[in-house]
Amino acid sequence: MSERKTIDARGSFCPGPLMELIAALKLVQIGDEIEILSTDKGTVNDVPEWVAKVGHEMGEITEKGDHWSVVVKKAK
Amino acid sequence: MATRILIVGGGLAGTIIANGLCRQVGDEISKGNISITMLGTSETHMYQPGLLYVPFGKIREKELFRPQRKVLDKKIIFHVDPAKNIDVDSQKVTTESGKVYEYDYLVIATGSRIMPQNIPGMVEGAHWLYDLDGARKMRDALEAFEGGKIVVNVNAPHKCPVAPVEITFMLHDYLSKKGLMDKTEITYTYPIGRVHALEPVAEWAKPAMDQHGIKYETFFNTKEVDPKAKTISSEEGVTLNYDFLVTIPPHNGAEIITNSGLGDGGWVPTNKTKLLREGSENVFVCGDTTNIPISKAGSTAHFEADTIIDNLTSLITEKRWARDYDGKVFCFVETGMNSGTYVWFDYNTPPNPGAPSQMIHWFKLAYNRLYWLSARGLL
Ligand SMILES: Cc1cc2nc3c(=O)[nH]c(=O)nc-3n(C[C@H](O)[C@H](O)[C@H](O)COP(=O)(O)OP(=O)(O)OC[C@H]3O[C@@H](n4cnc5c(N)ncnc54)[C@H](O)[C@@H]3O)c2cc1C
Repeated sequence: MSERKTIDARGSFCPGPLMELIAALKLVQIGDEIEILSTDKGTVNDVPEWVAKVGHEMGEITEKGDHWSVVVKKAK
Repeated sequence: MATRILIVGGGLAGTIIANGLCRQVGDEISKGNISITMLGTSETHMYQPGLLYVPFGKIREKELFRPQRKVLDKKIIFHVDPAKNIDVDSQKVTTESGKVYEYDYLVIATGSRIMPQNIPGMVEGAHWLYDLDGARKMRDALEAFEGGKIVVNVNAPHKCPVAPVEITFMLHDYLSKKGLMDKTEITYTYPIGRVHALEPVAEWAKPAMDQHGIKYETFFNTKEVDPKAKTISSEEGVTLNYDFLVTIPPHNGAEIITNSGLGDGGWVPTNKTKLLREGSENVFVCGDTTNIPISKAGSTAHFEADTIIDNLTSLITEKRWARDYDGKVFCFVETGMNSGTYVWFDYNTPPNPGAPSQMIHWFKLAYNRLYWLSARGLL
């Protein structure tokens, strides 16, 4: 069964949402999803750019008032 | 009966908390109303930031160590008996020697550790300075290095976010002084799309790398190292050749955290302002081992520890909460052998560094020596 884990990286300037996502993906199984919450608008571009390079799958990107939710599925 | 505080881990966070509590509630400890017990892994306390200077022969190994009992206030009961299991439901910690410690308040401060074994070929093919053995080997190998391709490889997650850029510039300085830079190419790799997680550090470091002729490869997450072919490859599909590989290996939290079912990868789910373990009212978590998405650094441990000292003191003596942690982090950054800068931020304030100067470098060197005062709770 695939699972979804949420990382609350709101207000994280260092290491920041993308680095948190990279670290979190190392701890889950292929097929699992990570939802990353971020107050940094850059995340909306950074994450898809990296996901495309590395070969995971992008899920939904949702604006939630003062922050964004970005979902990534581990594909390899 | 005395209120029992148990601290697991005698590194920076655990030591600051233990000593800070003695300053706040020392009288109560003397009267037998409060007890503080610490479980550690060693009689000696190591000053980890000092490891940075070992490969360059800039520090004597002796300077890295102090006897833990001398760093700790005498009122603290200290046992070198590593915790083997933490049971937060029954409020008990079992140690390697089989002893069982019950507590009223627990502080988990077991830090983080390098995991080069998590990447195929890394143990055989790479040098690192994040532990003493690695730093010594790197020092010997650097001494014998006669020029060639150096790769400085950074993996997530890792403690001390600024160490990778510091190592890179210190390597450049060291090799320039030895007259080897014209025969050497340094390539720095970083997991995300810029050369440092902190934007202002990246903005300063990128042109500085250009100026020093240091190459960089961003979006580089290490897949494997081939020690025979001397190559390092990324998940993103890039392969680099190397003659000398320096890595900041990926980290995990302590084994006991995973073994006790307290958090994947050894990271304990922690409330980011209360610093309480999620789901517990009497278990504080401090330093590298939290899952809070901020830098794993000594200064983080220090600011968190100060908050926990205040809250534990208020909870025990007045049954009230004192204050929340604001996410403050402060880092000195060595920008070469003779210059430095600093940067600070919190949950609501973005980072903004000062200009590099020799003055700040000297502050950092002074801070290196002040570490022992801050561990003792005097700063
Ligand atoms: C090379 C290097 C350079 C650095 N430079 C800087 C810097 O310039 N500035 C900065 O702010 N930070 C720096 N840091 C980071 C800083 O040292 C750490 O972030 C800091 O030590 C974290 O404190 P801690 O108490 O959480 O973990 P630690 O200080 O690592 O302490 C954890 C302790 O828990 C113990 N432990 C583990 N498991 C158990 C168990 N089962 N039972 C009992 N005890 C256990 C460990 O033995 C250890 O003593 C650097 C680190 C390194 C390696």
